[in-house]
Amino acid sequence: MEGRQAGKESKPSSVSVDLQGDSSLQVEISDAVSERDKVKFTVQTKSCLPHFTQLEFSVVRQHEEFIWLHDAYVENEEYAGLIIPPAPPRPDFEASREKLQKLGEGDSSITREEFAKMKQELEAEYLAIFKKTVAMHEVFLQRLAAHPTLRRDHNFFVFLEYGQDLSVRGKNRKELLGGYLRNIVKSADEALITRMSGLKEVDDFFEHERTFLLEYHTRIRDACLRADRVMYSHKCLADDYIPISAALNSLGVQEVNQLKMSFLKLAEFFERLRKLEGRVASDEDLKLSDMLRYYMRDSQAAKDLLYRRLRALADYENANKALDKARTRNREVRTAESHQQRCCQRFERLSDSAKQELMDFKSRRVISFRKNLIELAELELKHAKGGGTQDTWV
Amino acid sequence: MAAEREPPPLGDAKPTDFEELEDGEDLFTSTVSTLESSPSSPEPASLPAEDVSTNSNGPKPAEVVLDDDREDLFAEATEEVSLDSPEREPILSSEPSPAVTPVTPTTLIAPRIESKSMSAPVIFDRSREEIEEEANGDVFDIEIGVSDPEKVGDGMNAYMAYRVTTKTSLSMFSKSEFSVKRRFSDFLGLHSKLASKYLHVGYIVPPAPEKSIVGMTKVKVGKEDSSSTEFVEKRRAALERYLQRTVKHPTLLQDPDLRQFLESSELPRAVNTQALSGAGILRMVNKAADAVNKMTIKMNESDAWFEEKQQQFENLDQQLRKLHASVEALVCHRKELSANTAAFAKSAAMLGNSEDHTALSRALSQLAEVEEKIDQLHQEQAFADFYMFSELLSDYIRLIAAVKEIEEWEAKVQQGERDFEQISKTIRKEVGRFEKERVKDFKTVIIKYLESLVQTQQQLIKYWEAFLPEAKAIA
Repeated sequence: MEGRQAGKESKPSSVSVDLQGDSSLQVEISDAVSERDKVKFTVQTKSCLPHFTQLEFSVVRQHEEFIWLHDAYVENEEYAGLIIPPAPPRPDFEASREKLQKLGEGDSSITREEFAKMKQELEAEYLAIFKKTVAMHEVFLQRLAAHPTLRRDHNFFVFLEYGQDLSVRGKNRKELLGGYLRNIVKSADEALITRMSGLKEVDDFFEHERTFLLEYHTRIRDACLRADRVMYSHKCLADDYIPISAALNSLGVQEVNQLKMSFLKLAEFFERLRKLEGRVASDEDLKLSDMLRYYMRDSQAAKDLLYRRLRALADYENANKALDKARTRNREVRTAESHQQRCCQRFERLSDSAKQELMDFKSRRVISFRKNLIELAELELKHAKGGGTQDTWV
Repeated sequence: MAAEREPPPLGDAKPTDFEELEDGEDLFTSTVSTLESSPSSPEPASLPAEDVSTNSNGPKPAEVVLDDDREDLFAEATEEVSLDSPEREPILSSEPSPAVTPVTPTTLIAPRIESKSMSAPVIFDRSREEIEEEANGDVFDIEIGVSDPEKVGDGMNAYMAYRVTTKTSLSMFSKSEFSVKRRFSDFLGLHSKLASKYLHVGYIVPPAPEKSIVGMTKVKVGKEDSSSTEFVEKRRAALERYLQRTVKHPTLLQDPDLRQFLESSELPRAVNTQALSGAGILRMVNKAADAVNKMTIKMNESDAWFEEKQQQFENLDQQLRKLHASVEALVCHRKELSANTAAFAKSAAMLGNSEDHTALSRALSQLAEVEEKIDQLHQEQAFADFYMFSELLSDYIRLIAAVKEIEEWEAKVQQGERDFEQISKTIRKEVGRFEKERVKDFKTVIIKYLESLVQTQQQLIKYWEAFLPEAKAIA
């Protein structure tokens, strides 16, 4: 490990010459295993970059290690002017597991068929959650790999290649609390800075972005919550069809007259409807809910960037004032000057990269929405048409 | 005796019948204990057979034979049941026309009802055949609508009046199209009269819609919100279905009470409909006579058909209840889906407003519109779910309860084989008719419901097809 680190440090950063463009570093999660309360992701990397000792390699990582990586980026001053890709959410199978357990405990009033169907539904749900968490973790890594600056991070290489456990434990309660407090302090600080007299936003672009992002973030969070509820209702509806179909079936079986066929066919129809509704629900979930959720987090990351820039501006302003004071007193002017200069540089650096980042954010957002909305509409159409062919039996 | 038994000329009978009806009603509304009043009742309500007897002369000879039987049975009955024997003789002697006696008010004790009704089945059968013949000749055409619920009065005395419109080509009605105003208790009154006359003879009398104290109080108090309008609409639809089912029944259609209900502009206010329905009174009477009956029940050699039918209906009842509960859950969730979709549509619209990329902004607004339309669709579908499916199921659950009543009744009948056969014949026919109706009803509703589902899907297709180009236009 140390040998490799030393090796990396000594090499010149000529990585910017990418022969294959973006594909010089390809990261994916090739496999994932769910154990009792943790998920183990197999992160596979294909790269011709000189940083790595092999062309292709994989490691096993857990959720906490992803969080460690994310936090490392956030705390790194070098990346203060960049939007740090939002951390993937913790894998949460609680709800699903509970439901499976409850089903297992048994309800004698349901038939064997119903039980089998409900079990199938819950298992599918579990699988869907699993797939989603894999996707979220993968997207996080892939964004890092695609970003020209972020991909060159040392911790990132370690994450991708180091064969053993990174010995990163989950945050304990004190650290979690610390995290919450930092957030509160941050918001308070932000509020203070913006009201500080004399702090004028010099750039219209940023003024606009700030207003926009604040509103956008709130509204997308709202939309995401409500989309979740719609998806949940769809799921409930799909689940409702199970007992209905079963009851119709038993009615049909009992009947001896013409109604028999009607009931049985109706039961079959409801079964198909159930599968349909289930698919509609999961598609809405993926294409709409998940997308909204992702951009909610991403817009939060963008807001964080703006805050950092604002903080830098405030620091710059303060340095200016300190310099003026030093000049009037004619004391420690040199220190004040260099401090002011540093702040100025930092601020300008942040502003430049932030501008670029925010524009990238916008285009990324537009592309993603477009793709997902088209796919959503196409899937909805497919489902609606699939349900429409039932009138033939009548 | 025979002379006494001759039926009075129809013309005379009619007005008296109505009077008797009134008395019958009084009896009906008084409690079971006032049996002493029964002897004074000159004539129980008359049968539709009366109408038919104008067409045929069938009933008469049969009566005579029956009377003899009846006497015998009365004798038997007197031995077995001590409750009303003293009153029996006076009735017998005062009885002028057996042709019109078949049905008695249910306040009379069970045994007496049985004895009186003995003559009924034969006449019923005959008359019904005749009615059916007539019906086949005539186009059995009658359409009933219940509409225009209107609040009458104020405060706790307020009630809803519904317009009952009848369109018919049947000759028994004086006009071909007419309408009257009725209130809910009138419907209940009609049901109790019909039930008291026909239930114990083996006819399946469609049950009336249920009373709802909560629902009505809201309406009375004047709460003008969606739940009370929903309640009124639900009730209106239920009343309409109730009447439609009742008139579909060939025998019930001939009943003068039903005709009076549909035709006459003023209906004597049905009192005491609050607590008891016809079936309820039957039950009370049953309980009272139960102890006695137990001693004397003569279960005929197990009629396999009845056993089977009973089991079948029991199963059907269970299944329908299960299905009904599931459909109610479906209705509830669909309503939730509709509300959630509407909320999402709003937030999507807001998001579209914030979005500063024009094309994306427009697409998001379009998405919001699509979702709103879908929400409407869901609402309509929920409506269909409910009115078509769920209500039909609850109607049938109650109908089956009525069928079970008859079968219970049939099990308690303690008579000679002959009359048992009569009633059982009736029941068989009724059950057969019920089954046919049920099949028709369910099939119609299932088809309609499926059509509504298909329609929803087609609308969805339209909406999403319109949205797709907008999404693609995001550049």
